[in-house]
Amino acid sequence: MKKSLFTLEHARQLTADTYELVLSGDTSAITAPGQFVNIELPGKFLRRPISICNWTEDALMLLVKVVGEGTKELVRCVPGTELDVLSGLGNGFDMSLAGEHPVLAGGGIGIAPLYGLAQRMLERGQTPTVALGFRTGKDAFYLEEFAALGCRLLIATEDGSLGVKGFVTDCIKAVPECDYVLACGPLPMLKAVHALPQLRGGQFSFEARMGCGFGACMGCTVPTKDGYKRVCKDGPILYKEEIVW
Amino acid sequence: MVNLSVNLAGVELKNPIIPASGTFGYGREYAELYDLNVLGSFSWKGTTGEARLGNPQPRIAEMTGGMLNAVGLQNPGIDAVIEKEVPNIAKIFQGPVIANVGGFSIDEYAENCRKLEDVEQVKILEVNISCPNVHAGGKNFGCDPKSAAEVTKAVKAATSKPVFMKLTPNVTDIAEIAKACEDAGADGVCLINTLLGMRIDLKSRKPIIANRTGGVSGPAVFPIALRMVWDVYEAVNIPIIGCGGVSSAEDAAEMMLAGAAAVEVGAANLKDPFACKTMVEKLPAVCERMGVEKIAELTGAAHR
Repeated sequence: MKKSLFTLEHARQLTADTYELVLSGDTSAITAPGQFVNIELPGKFLRRPISICNWTEDALMLLVKVVGEGTKELVRCVPGTELDVLSGLGNGFDMSLAGEHPVLAGGGIGIAPLYGLAQRMLERGQTPTVALGFRTGKDAFYLEEFAALGCRLLIATEDGSLGVKGFVTDCIKAVPECDYVLACGPLPMLKAVHALPQLRGGQFSFEARMGCGFGACMGCTVPTKDGYKRVCKDGPILYKEEIVW
Repeated sequence: MVNLSVNLAGVELKNPIIPASGTFGYGREYAELYDLNVLGSFSWKGTTGEARLGNPQPRIAEMTGGMLNAVGLQNPGIDAVIEKEVPNIAKIFQGPVIANVGGFSIDEYAENCRKLEDVEQVKILEVNISCPNVHAGGKNFGCDPKSAAEVTKAVKAATSKPVFMKLTPNVTDIAEIAKACEDAGADGVCLINTLLGMRIDLKSRKPIIANRTGGVSGPAVFPIALRMVWDVYEAVNIPIIGCGGVSSAEDAAEMMLAGAAAVEVGAANLKDPFACKTMVEKLPAVCERMGVEKIAELTGAAHR
């Protein structure tokens, strides 16, 4: 973990409530896709934990959905704004456990960490299938970006306005040979993916209301089969076999 | 060169800055960030006789100027702490450690303190009779002067180490409780624990925190903590650790002026993990500006 200043380089609106932010700064503390940053915002006491979409040596990409005052404040920042960021938080995905052909399953804003994950898996010679679920076609974002990576892309929307009608689980069922999933999204989605009988294993990224974000306050602990774990420090990625719903 | 050392009931601290219990774990996470030996001491996570899983999620809510928590004393239990955390603390911090001890009965408090008797690094016992987030028979020992005195007596009989009673602000007259602890033999008091509060989500129309209520901390409580330290300083002659909303070296100096011999820093660590280190670094300049050569001179100076 590192505490340092990042500068907002540009912000781009992707949907009615979702934005892409590119920040410049020292990303050396980031070691794995699926980690997150914790951002201090003016006027807010607690930092806001945001999943890392992708990163380079000196740039950080975030996808942010406006869900409350803090995220509203964050996407309002103008280029040039300096933000105090704790970077490289959490365990991140372990790509070495995912096999040759895993499915990366994302729902809504949960697709964010899957982008950097997919890119790195491709670099490692793995061939992930990306399955993304949205409520409607209007909520969908980052499809071109995922497609440009060159991985197989499956889309589901609840109303059928884009891709197949249904949920991301329906996309995974369409790839019966897939037995390993790396997933990020709302709790009901994670639960449904977790229950798919075809999976021998998987990694699931969880959200929580956090105090510190670095393991000190016990604000975000959840029960697992392996005892209580801190979502911020021992997670946010939990493994299929340890999850208690 | 400003002398930052302070004395807590015979225990010398090289400076008055102490991370507060519950915001610093057993030091592990912060030791990854900086050398903890810059600190005067640290107060470890409230530790009970048995392991505790704590409260259901969510445990955290935000507010203007601070936060609420209802962690519920999650900890691995005193035996596991002595076995697993104490050896690690020996590696990361060589100064005097404050052991925060929780309990659900007078016997449990005494037994937990007895178990720490031979733990050399622990120089002070901080007895938490004030956690707002656990429900032991519906009453905190810290809300009633008689109960507070009983716990103090039992703990004093069980240990040779200095005993500081950690007090709750959720009472009518905190000075009365502090005085009862002093009369029962306490070597010092630490105040304040968090203030009982709550938040309700407009969408769900339900309390944000699963426990319904939580403890309020952060800069917003600083004036309240300061006033209570002032009141207790007027009432007792034992040293006071001032705690509550301290966010800067200036706040620490102000807390000492009100009567604190040393200062605990809580929520500020969660916002900025380097908060305590920064305060230690800035304290000499604050003292110089105030024309103080020895920081201990500040304790209670506002009363004189």
